[in-house]
Amino acid sequence: MREFGYQRAHDITGAVTLLAADPDARYLGGGTNLVDLMKTGVERPALLVDVRELPLDRIEPTADGGLRIGATVTNSDLAVHPEVRRHYPALTQALLAGASGQLRNMATVGGNLLQRTRCGYFTDLSQPCNKRAPGSGCPAVAGEHHNHAVLGASDHCVAVHPSDMGVALTALDAVVSYESADGPGEVPITDFYLPVGDTPHRETALPPGALITHVTLPAAPVAARSRYRKVRERASYAFAIGSVAAALAIEDGRVREARLALGAVASRPWRARAAEAVLTGAPADGATFAAAADAELAAARPLPHNGYKVTLMRNLVVSVLTELAGEDTR
Amino acid sequence: MAPAPSSTSSAITLNINGEKHHLPIDHRTTLLDALRERLDLTGTKKGCDQGQCGACTVLVDQRRVVSCLSLAVAAEGREITTIEGVADADELHPVQQAFLDLDGYQCGYCTPGQVCSAIAVIEEHAAGWPSAVTDDPAPEAGPPPLTPEEIRERMSGNLCRCGAYVSIVQAVARAAGEYAAEGSTAGKHAAEGHAAGKDAAEEAAA
Repeated sequence: MREFGYQRAHDITGAVTLLAADPDARYLGGGTNLVDLMKTGVERPALLVDVRELPLDRIEPTADGGLRIGATVTNSDLAVHPEVRRHYPALTQALLAGASGQLRNMATVGGNLLQRTRCGYFTDLSQPCNKRAPGSGCPAVAGEHHNHAVLGASDHCVAVHPSDMGVALTALDAVVSYESADGPGEVPITDFYLPVGDTPHRETALPPGALITHVTLPAAPVAARSRYRKVRERASYAFAIGSVAAALAIEDGRVREARLALGAVASRPWRARAAEAVLTGAPADGATFAAAADAELAAARPLPHNGYKVTLMRNLVVSVLTELAGEDTR
Repeated sequence: MAPAPSSTSSAITLNINGEKHHLPIDHRTTLLDALRERLDLTGTKKGCDQGQCGACTVLVDQRRVVSCLSLAVAAEGREITTIEGVADADELHPVQQAFLDLDGYQCGYCTPGQVCSAIAVIEEHAAGWPSAVTDDPAPEAGPPPLTPEEIRERMSGNLCRCGAYVSIVQAVARAAGEYAAEGSTAGKHAAEGHAAGKDAAEEAAA
């Protein structure tokens, strides 16, 4: 591991100033991903700016009935917060489905959003990887890709984003606030992750050196009836091979409002707007749910070894929506 | 302490099991390596060293964490509890005693991490935290019974290569029940967890 300096930031401006002065500096939150990547040499920071003592550890109600979540709130604290459990159950379920109790106690909200892909080629320095070493190639396209993307990928990168939390936040229309050397800014989470294209190394819309300060959840009555379901290769403590965050409001047997996001299928949490368009106003039944899933997955471009994900996601979407609708279509 | 930005090491103080330890430390040192290699606290074990096995679990500010992904320098100012600090002098912690009585291990390598994790699991459950297998996470639903399924999920961050899981689940269930019975901090919040813990012990033993 490269030697590095360490500083604890006590105010946001100070932290941002330190990062602006050194392109090799990184913010340190829980360290669950960054420290791991430093051990393997994927990350080689010259300076770590520890942000956990910044005054960003609170979860507060907003004027419009939403929640404003500080970036250093741990995954555990967010998951068990009474208001989150009550009004955004899919978010609690997503958080609790991620990692282990130990890691959730360490990991922060900001860090979770910025975690890197677990693609084996990205973390293996002996391999080419367009995300880690731009222009070097993507061995996953013709190699190990059974857990790689089926939506929104390119020939340059087929890695998936590993966050569970991000999938729920995407369904819930969260907004990411940041502070940068040029001042504060905010970006909806659906625009936070950049399209892969030919620049898979550019992952987010954050300006260089920017610090995520908050994630805001708008009030969403529909979210009271929301769910996150994750499929993985073992019962617990594994990354998703597919996941769904959904919220459904039904009136007179028809879908009044639907929110749907898919996980582990793309380089970012995937908002399923094509599916939502099919759902909205349609009868809340199995045929509609299947049509919605098919509409979204029509854009899927599976690789030779991950075609199962298309079937998996179709079934998962139908199953979760059916559960939310409180009816059995079998 | 405010080290110069260019410095790659610091003189730090770690508060471990109620005792202060002063040591110069290279920033690259994990809390795990500081405990084992610098402070001779070798009860905490190194398994995968990448956050996947839980053998290095310790408590930091009463929360369970993996010490292999924690930097020692970042742990300064926090209250660290390792397996060496969980017993009350010669009296084993109830979780330790339950692991001993119910054979919650085979080779013992993962045991310090299992015990530290289980102590936190019982506290988390007593505080009303739901888990991924809890049917309804709403606070109004109340804390879920600490069934074997709940224990397995909550302990999933601790791997045991010997496969002693069956008795580990029994030990955690029994300790949780005893906590509640003794009216410990955990028990005060979890009258329900008490009965559930015993149920789980019986169910797991069946």
